Amino acid sequence: MSSGASHHTSQHPKQVALQSLDPRVNRLGIPSELSDFAPKPLQDEWEPYEVFWRERPGEQPVHVGTVRAPDPEMALVFAKENYCRRGQTYSLWVVRTADIHTFHPAEIDIFETAPGKMYREPDAYKVVQKILRLKRGRQHDQEAKSTS
Amino acid sequence: MYGNLSLVEPLNGVEQENPEKLAEFEERISRGEKIEPTDWMPREYRRQVLRLVEQHAHSEIIGALPEGTWITRAPGFKRKLALMAKVQDEVGHAQLLYSAAETLGKPREFMINDLLSGKAKYSNVFNYPALTWADTAIIAWLVDAGAIINQTLNSKGSYGPYTRALERICKEEAFHLKYGYDNVVTLASGTKRQRQMLQEALNRWWKPIMHFFGPPDAVSVHSEKLMRWKVKMASNDEMRQMFLDAYVPRIWELGLNIPDPNLRKDPETGKWEYSDPDWDEFWRVINGNGPCNRERLAVRRMADELGAWVRRALLKPERQYVAPLF
Repeated sequence: MSSGASHHTSQHPKQVALQSLDPRVNRLGIPSELSDFAPKPLQDEWEPYEVFWRERPGEQPVHVGTVRAPDPEMALVFAKENYCRRGQTYSLWVVRTADIHTFHPAEIDIFETAPGKMYREPDAYKVVQKILRLKRGRQHDQEAKSTS
Repeated sequence: MYGNLSLVEPLNGVEQENPEKLAEFEERISRGEKIEPTDWMPREYRRQVLRLVEQHAHSEIIGALPEGTWITRAPGFKRKLALMAKVQDEVGHAQLLYSAAETLGKPREFMINDLLSGKAKYSNVFNYPALTWADTAIIAWLVDAGAIINQTLNSKGSYGPYTRALERICKEEAFHLKYGYDNVVTLASGTKRQRQMLQEALNRWWKPIMHFFGPPDAVSVHSEKLMRWKVKMASNDEMRQMFLDAYVPRIWELGLNIPDPNLRKDPETGKWEYSDPDWDEFWRVINGNGPCNRERLAVRRMADELGAWVRRALLKPERQYVAPLF
């Protein structure tokens, strides 16, 4: 066997290969004893992208989740594989999470409608009472005319 | 698949939370509101949801391995394609769940480190081998059936990103269940030898499937608060009863025997009675001494090592990690 083919086992010369029911695992010649584990650093899985998906024309794109990717092209591939596996998709967008601008969560109260601005709401206008009063007034005028 | 929620550590630290904020948080949950990543939440809620979603993600990625064993030897091209699609789905579910878990503040690399170092747990059922093709049929039908019961319940839970991931996952699991059922029915209506192979697979998997929903309620002490927070949507025993109710009649219908002489439905209580499924074995396997624990970890580590050069080649080191928004 060439040194290239036995690359992995050569790192563990004394070890026996793991015996599995899976022929693919056996072909890899994985050592049966676990070697020392070297933890992966942050960003080993690249950076986060936010995924926006539109099911069909006429609908708005909605945010469906995130993927980790090295660049926008790969982010689109991963987004398609993660979020469009079934059903219908009309369009798919990705954008780096770092490029999203938003208010700080602590500022959420800026979205509350101020109580002093009720004049912008339809409920602030009570026309039925006014119409009833208007009709009553007209009736009163007519009665006054007929008795005079 | 799913993670063993029953394995979460005891609740702690809740008494140190701001009581007003805690009351408001619990009020929101009881109104049926979802909790989103940037909302205030008790530290203990964050920890429990993170553990649950992370374990679920690990279970999906490890869960692809027992069935993947049979991709090269699936009986026929159509079944091979279907099995590959199912295994791909499981790995995709892991991706969705790692994304959801990441919103709670733990980067995905650290979760994968915990899996590969052997620190993190995943669903115990995947530490058993798929000895024959019939084992893959039983896994796809009954283990996925158990997963669907758990995931459908959890999709009504309180943490927004997790519930959205689960809704997506459940749609795909519906195919897995039907695919598994089809394979089981094919074997059940086949030759004597095929029926025997199926029966033997069911005998092997019954105990792990009974373990699947976690230890009996009597030993899980902290369920009450997790249920109130809608982290846990039903008790382990309740889920086991739901599973037995739905699937025992279907298993019997196929002329298969369930390897438990004490299994019966009490006509008065409407509850299933069954033999103790050997919880000592459950704990032995979950603590690393099952038939396939070492292989699962070794294979997953090898996959990560073999892909490392690709990840490094594409890495842009100048980019900073930012927590995903969701």
